[in-house]
Amino acid sequence: MGMRKVAIVGAGITKFVRRAQETGKELSWQASKMALDSCNLTLDDVDMVTLGTAPDAFDGVHMKGEYLSDGAGGIGKPYMRHFVGGGTGVFSPIHGWFHVASGMADICLVVAEEKMSSCHPHPAGAFLTIFDHTTEQPLLPTLMWIFALEMNRYMETYGITKADIAQVSVKNKLNAMDHPSAQVAEKITVEDVLNSETLCWPVNRLDISPASDGAAAIVLVSERVARRLTDKPVWIDGVGHAIDTAYWATRDLSYPRYVETAARQAYEMAGITEPDKEIHIAEPYDPFDYKELHHMEGLMLCPRGQAAQLTADGVTARDGNMPICPSGGALGVGNPIAATGLMKIIEIFLQLRGEAGKRQVPGNPRCGLAQAWGDLMQMGTVVVMRN
Amino acid sequence: MKLEDFELRGTNLKSSDFKTGKVLTTEWEPDLKYAWDDGVAIGRYLAELGKGRIIARTCYKCNRTMLPPRMFCELCFRPTDEWTFVKDTGVIETFSIAKVNWDASRRGPKEPPLLPAVIVIDGASEGMGIMHMLGEVDPKDLKIGMKVKAVWKKAEERTGAITDILYFKPVAAKKKAKKKAAPKTRGKR
Ligand SMILES: [Zn+2]
Repeated sequence: MGMRKVAIVGAGITKFVRRAQETGKELSWQASKMALDSCNLTLDDVDMVTLGTAPDAFDGVHMKGEYLSDGAGGIGKPYMRHFVGGGTGVFSPIHGWFHVASGMADICLVVAEEKMSSCHPHPAGAFLTIFDHTTEQPLLPTLMWIFALEMNRYMETYGITKADIAQVSVKNKLNAMDHPSAQVAEKITVEDVLNSETLCWPVNRLDISPASDGAAAIVLVSERVARRLTDKPVWIDGVGHAIDTAYWATRDLSYPRYVETAARQAYEMAGITEPDKEIHIAEPYDPFDYKELHHMEGLMLCPRGQAAQLTADGVTARDGNMPICPSGGALGVGNPIAATGLMKIIEIFLQLRGEAGKRQVPGNPRCGLAQAWGDLMQMGTVVVMRN
Repeated sequence: MKLEDFELRGTNLKSSDFKTGKVLTTEWEPDLKYAWDDGVAIGRYLAELGKGRIIARTCYKCNRTMLPPRMFCELCFRPTDEWTFVKDTGVIETFSIAKVNWDASRRGPKEPPLLPAVIVIDGASEGMGIMHMLGEVDPKDLKIGMKVKAVWKKAEERTGAITDILYFKPVAAKKKAKKKAAPKTRGKR
């Protein structure tokens, strides 16, 4: 396709917290500065900046991209904000990849920020206006409803129980105990999940990731620059993104087709034909525990309806054959929407460099994947990386 | 690089930080109102709801009868062709028993749970569901695949809104040869 190779060479992240003292600008600055420091670059070296952040309604700040531009290092440079709902954080490196792969930039700073805590009484209220204003909003839906509806349909289609699904929350919260950014890392049991407050059956409180504030950033560079900066570049070998219809009630809710569409693009670009064998480690988006399973299936990492069994068999544990969300995921590290997706990219970056510390998976993984999903459960974003 | 080698930033606030004035907060409560026009397709949909009927649009190219109705087919990317009345019965595709309101506040102990569902409407194409509510049912008895029927507001109380249907209630599946189905008339083009 005439595209240049693109590498990740640096990363930065803040702690993920329920309510941060820092503003969104300050969080963005901290993650961006850390990312540049980590690969010995300064802002002067950066050609272009992209910023991902989810709905303006969280912050009550219109044109959030412009508001955050100074914290993200965008002043005086080509700078653009992108937003695809919960899929934003994995779209962020794709947006940056466009700039570098096309030859428009040699060094691109990619920043993702979210400050959900400004919205009261709860940021969930900001989601009312994602539903169709005439045919759905008058029924006063909350986002949790459609997760509950999707989870119920998924359980019914494949005969999966709430306990099967709860294992994901247990695993990810445990993995997060080793992540320095983690907000809700804890050692819990399946019973704890099942006994936690039922919010929207079949969804209980511990099935859900928390609302969070946080930011993350990475540095993307061309091959020539990568060879100069590091002997451990991690290459973005495949990207894909796809959207399905906003008439969400007309879709097969048991299977995320939009994730499969995005994954097929990324796999074709990366030359992957057997994802379950060729991908060693994955960070699918897990804002709800069933979504990790749903997404593993959409990513074709296992046959449909089989992801829960793999989890029960320990295959997806950090020391399993296919570690899934070794970071701790949104369920454990926290879920500042856009920043979560980029946190997942950073985790694969560190894992492929062998620099994930206590979280390091065994067996020197060579190929990893991060995925996010969003909007009205319709947007899939996928990035495949190799060392 | 290792994350552990950096001092990660981000200061978690505690409620005491607000009480002691460590953190100052500026508040704004917007009082904006939006008025969303119904448009061509949804305009007719709402008007028919006001008459106690559900109407869809059919695309002759892909043969889908679509709910909610739309003037263009997003798959064929061409105009849709025909108004099609569908029934006010359907099947529960999925449901939830919700103890949470739209703003994440909890339902009170005496408030019944909300029962949102996706209902595939009879007469629309396979899988063409709409979101609506369930009622007149013990949540414990709910099952995916149940037949349901719309419970309408009284004619004089309808306003041409999705809420002209109060909710859908399960219908007994025993009587097989039930005659009085909803009108299957085809509307004018
Ligand atoms: Zn069509």
